[in-house]
Amino acid sequence: MSIQLLYFAGLREALGVATEHLELPAGVDTVAALRELLAARGSPWTALVTTKNLRAAVNQKMAGPDTLLQAGDEVAFFPPVTGG
Amino acid sequence: MSVTIQAADFDCGQEIVAITKGRDDIGAIASFIGLVRADPLAGEKINAMTLEHYPGMTEKALAEIVAQAKSRWDLQAVRVIHRIGRLVTGEQIVLVVVAASHRGSAFAACEFIMDFLKTKAPFWKKEETTHHGQWVEARDADESAADRWTK
Repeated sequence: MSIQLLYFAGLREALGVATEHLELPAGVDTVAALRELLAARGSPWTALVTTKNLRAAVNQKMAGPDTLLQAGDEVAFFPPVTGG
Repeated sequence: MSVTIQAADFDCGQEIVAITKGRDDIGAIASFIGLVRADPLAGEKINAMTLEHYPGMTEKALAEIVAQAKSRWDLQAVRVIHRIGRLVTGEQIVLVVVAASHRGSAFAACEFIMDFLKTKAPFWKKEETTHHGQWVEARDADESAADRWTK
């Protein structure tokens, strides 16, 4: 299955990527597994597992490590928010 | 439309007029405006910040916060405007206007909306000085401010 990925703020800058389309290998079906998959790309992608308090959203709703992924999902990773 | 994300500046007075025009049931208006402050950073002073957001999710998160405020207090109108892009010191960042029958609800809902906006709405600030740029780190005090509403 394929998903759309988005990265924001300091994470986007560290990765040098804002969005990407990704085909998920079989077995990668949670937010936590996706983070591990991306981190396995090596530096700077290890930020996906080393960044303190990294947040995730699936289809524009906050998601936890166990949130299940489905084909066509929009998954975003970003640091804690600092608006206002 | 009660929630707007925009690059342009806003006028609190105009927003209040838009809310109260033609109505005689509103007894209290509370408003909050956040500004870009020239804090010290890396031995210099901040002269601007850039606000990034997550288009789509930001609007949903803010609409959800406003809906929660409306379910908690009897409010007659809520207006939220948050700016994005590069803003220099002294510029306005965010506006919250709440209209209610009485001041208690207006004050409380205005603070509630700001506390949750700061911890739940996907905005990020990058501060800049003449020689330095740095993403703002989330503050524990902001989390505590939002948490107290659930106690």
